[in-house]
Amino acid sequence: MKARVFVTLKPSVFDPQGRTIVEALHSLGYGGVGDVRQGKYFEVEVDAASADEARRLVGEIADKVLANPVIESYQIEIVS
Amino acid sequence: MSTFDAATLERHGLKDDEYARIVEILGREPTLTELGLFSVMWSEHCSYKSSRVHLKTLPTTGPRVLEGPGENAGAVDIGDGMAAVFKIESHNHPSFIEPYQGAATGVGGIIRDIFTMGARPVALMNSLRFGPLDEPNNRRILSGVVAGIGGYGNSIGIATVGGEVMFDETYSGNPLVNVFCLGLVKADGIVRAKASGVGNPVYYLGAKTGRDGIHGATMASAEFDEASAEKRPAVQVGDPFMEKLLLEACLELMKSDAVVAVQDMGAAGLTCSTAECGARGGVGIEIDVSLVPVRETGMTPYEIMLSESQERMLLVVKKGREAEVERIFEKWDLHAAKIGEVTGDGLLRVKNQGEVVAEVPASALADDAPVYHRPFAEPASQAELRTMPAPGAAPAPRDAFLQLLSSPGIASKQWIYRQYDSMVRTNTLVPAGAGAGVVRVKGTSRALATSVDGNGRYCLLDPYVGAQLAVAEAARNVACAGGQPIGVTNCLNFGNPERPEIMWQFAEAVRGIGDACRALDLPVTGGNVSLYNETDGKAVLPTPVIGVLGVIDDASRVQSRVFPGEELDIVLLGSTKDEFGGSEYQKTLHGIIRGVPPALDLDRERALQSLLVEAASKGWTRSAHDCADGGFAVTLAECCFGSGGGATVDLAAPEAGDPVAAALFSETASRAVVTAATGQIDTLLERAKALNVPAAVIGRTGGARIVIRVAGREAIDCSVAEAEAAWSQGLKRYFEGKVA
Amino acid sequence: MKFAVVVFPGSNCDHDAYHAVKHVLGHDASFVWHKDTSLGGADAVILPGGFAHGDYLRTGAIARYSPIMATVRSFADGGGPVLGVCNGFQILLEAGLLPGAMLRNRGLKFICEDVRIRVEETDTAFTAACAKGQTLRIPINHGEGNYFASDDVLDALERERRVIFRYVDAAGQPTPEANPNGASRNIAGICNEGRNVVGMMPHPERACEGVLGSADGLVLFESVVKTLADRGGMAVSR
Repeated sequence: MKARVFVTLKPSVFDPQGRTIVEALHSLGYGGVGDVRQGKYFEVEVDAASADEARRLVGEIADKVLANPVIESYQIEIVS
Repeated sequence: MSTFDAATLERHGLKDDEYARIVEILGREPTLTELGLFSVMWSEHCSYKSSRVHLKTLPTTGPRVLEGPGENAGAVDIGDGMAAVFKIESHNHPSFIEPYQGAATGVGGIIRDIFTMGARPVALMNSLRFGPLDEPNNRRILSGVVAGIGGYGNSIGIATVGGEVMFDETYSGNPLVNVFCLGLVKADGIVRAKASGVGNPVYYLGAKTGRDGIHGATMASAEFDEASAEKRPAVQVGDPFMEKLLLEACLELMKSDAVVAVQDMGAAGLTCSTAECGARGGVGIEIDVSLVPVRETGMTPYEIMLSESQERMLLVVKKGREAEVERIFEKWDLHAAKIGEVTGDGLLRVKNQGEVVAEVPASALADDAPVYHRPFAEPASQAELRTMPAPGAAPAPRDAFLQLLSSPGIASKQWIYRQYDSMVRTNTLVPAGAGAGVVRVKGTSRALATSVDGNGRYCLLDPYVGAQLAVAEAARNVACAGGQPIGVTNCLNFGNPERPEIMWQFAEAVRGIGDACRALDLPVTGGNVSLYNETDGKAVLPTPVIGVLGVIDDASRVQSRVFPGEELDIVLLGSTKDEFGGSEYQKTLHGIIRGVPPALDLDRERALQSLLVEAASKGWTRSAHDCADGGFAVTLAECCFGSGGGATVDLAAPEAGDPVAAALFSETASRAVVTAATGQIDTLLERAKALNVPAAVIGRTGGARIVIRVAGREAIDCSVAEAEAAWSQGLKRYFEGKVA
Repeated sequence: MKFAVVVFPGSNCDHDAYHAVKHVLGHDASFVWHKDTSLGGADAVILPGGFAHGDYLRTGAIARYSPIMATVRSFADGGGPVLGVCNGFQILLEAGLLPGAMLRNRGLKFICEDVRIRVEETDTAFTAACAKGQTLRIPINHGEGNYFASDDVLDALERERRVIFRYVDAAGQPTPEANPNGASRNIAGICNEGRNVVGMMPHPERACEGVLGSADGLVLFESVVKTLADRGGMAVSR
């Protein structure tokens, strides 16, 4: 099964990369852009009998390795 | 009449006569894979076909030379049974296309060239050229290049100890990124890339092969035009972590004698490493590409042979010692694949699943590329270039001084080198930005000093003298640190060699390098040539970059250029003339490059360097800085910055139309500004006299101002703070507060 | 006494730490490979700087799972002195041996330069020979030294006197200008509750010899020698 994991910085954490992107967009004329937060995207293929099992397994991986719970949170999408 | 149409041959960068030669060598038409092999090996970048005939004239031998040109890097004996392995290389075209990765993979490539010889890399330097910084694209390229050099070098843990950055319009579409690396190895532990022993297994070590970089070698041999944007796929992505693992595994491996030969896979990847390794040893190599670890599906033998995926090595191992070798690879979590073996028939035989897809004499690929005797001729425009136009209105000396200090070419490069780890491995004896790079050699009392220097403006006006001046400057920088220069590596960056005027620049520059090296007793141990640095027919300034290595026998005698804290006598070594051709003053204040470069008397230069080295080793001097870009005034200012104080000097007036400007900003060669150790001034002056080096006490360090008089009359009086503010912002202001 | 310098794939300041404690300080030292599970009888452990696993995913994120880390954890739980320098600090954070996390430098660029740090507390294994308020000139070399923790955690660290080093200016004050990377409250180093595990971003092992520019870092290694000697029953052999 294939899972997509989106890891983002927690709202309370300052994101200098996101801020730099916003400034770049503004200087390119995209004044309508309010905020940008930069995160990470993972595609994980796992052996799982069901979507629930995949979600559980990927959740464990995300907790332990893909995200740092002090500063990041994540969301999982099971694709197939 | 051939199997391949004109378009195919052109895509492969092969001319009709070259193709005919291939048919003659093989006794038949080549297969497509074989065409690919010749295409990359006979490209300018790999074969040096336009430059070989000239490079042959360089002096390459000497009592300290352990390895001259022809191996992966040069090596010289530095005493105590140790050898220094060093080389400089370019990665210009990729850095235009993708600045970060182009520069990063350039660093990766030169590092591999060093550790492939069994040497642990201990220092990196770089010589960079960009277009003017008021253009956003040039800022973007510089930022990317610097980030890439730092990103790779810092991660792999090799200190970047110095370098140079210069600017000119001609580099806008053709930035130059030359990277230098120095390594240390026991003199009897140098490993060469010479395959031998029929039946010895050939191993592939490192990253998996993908489709990146295919025809990178051909790309580096072509100019840029509108279609260049599509060449993006030809730039590789570097993995410094993988290279760190490779480095440690290879060095560990090379301690045993299980390894016969090692070569890294750089330009032309697997093709180049197997062909060269075999040809050097006079043997053949047979490999099966289906055994090569690949990371993309459906790769053809052509693609596998031409791929320039990074961080891969080729090893020839003694038969029977495979287990030992594999154990070390395993420890470092590296996958090693046995892909073939050494044969006795001198052929590079490429199989796919056991079936032969290419079979070419290795030496035909590695050694028998056509050697061109390209026509060269001094361009008609040269005569006018060499005339000096009437001087424009000259700004007041103080204003010119501040303007020069704040011009990006001269201004502090701290914004750049702060992004490089200059301290890892705790060997760096001179902090970044304070002169030549100096690293100690642990376990001995010695240190090594290195400098990379080049000046495209001088070379435009006179490539012969300009190239000599580069050799002199690099060696002088090393001598200022207290290092006795012992070896040279060169990176020759020029435009399209098919144009006689460019070929003339190249030929003259090589002639100049050769003559200067002979006069200074310096062997050239290797280097790199980068041609076709032009866009839409406009070439870069001819830019030979010279790297000099020097030995400091007593590391405690190392000097930087910064004035020590206490009040000392300042001595100007050498004499100043009215020489502004190609100078920073002329370019920054008048926007032109005209006239003739400063004259160079190699005997005087030699004497000066000899004095500098002796003075440092005997403790007669406490600091030394050579006079270069911007002339004396800039040199003096640079000595003050970081010293905590200023200086007051009175200079003799040279014979000149404008003696004050000449004294302050002329770029006369063979000069240095030193401080004399307390009580040593007479000894220093006596020795200078004996060596025929002009020397004059011109003033004292101290105070909070930079005061320069010429023949007693005040020319510049400026607080150190004001001068330093201009200098420290000169480059930085283009980047802080700017987003792109 | 004996130091263990842990080597992860990608560590590159391991030799610097080894050189400092063995050749400058004059004590015994050995390299311990990350896959080993024994510290070889070491009295103190150093997790050196570098780019373990290329800093891929997050710095220190993969290294924390190396077999040696379980041993380092029990050594630390038993009161053994552990110093994490730069990447080593990042690994201690990811492993949960110290609280908080590292973010990218606020200026987004790698920085190599000398900074001043102030010693805030002298009752840790690595500051026992320092004077409270002493400033040390030590280099930083990092792209991710922006220390972060929630306000609760930061307040607790302050309350428990576990902020050990702060970036300060020439006057010894932790000003914004003196902060090179945006680290919360100018924090350059912290310790655990047991005060035996210290993590710091600056590199003291690069400041142990005058020829390199500063010898201010030596006192941190002398501190751990003193700590162990004071504990008694320890033959501090050279």
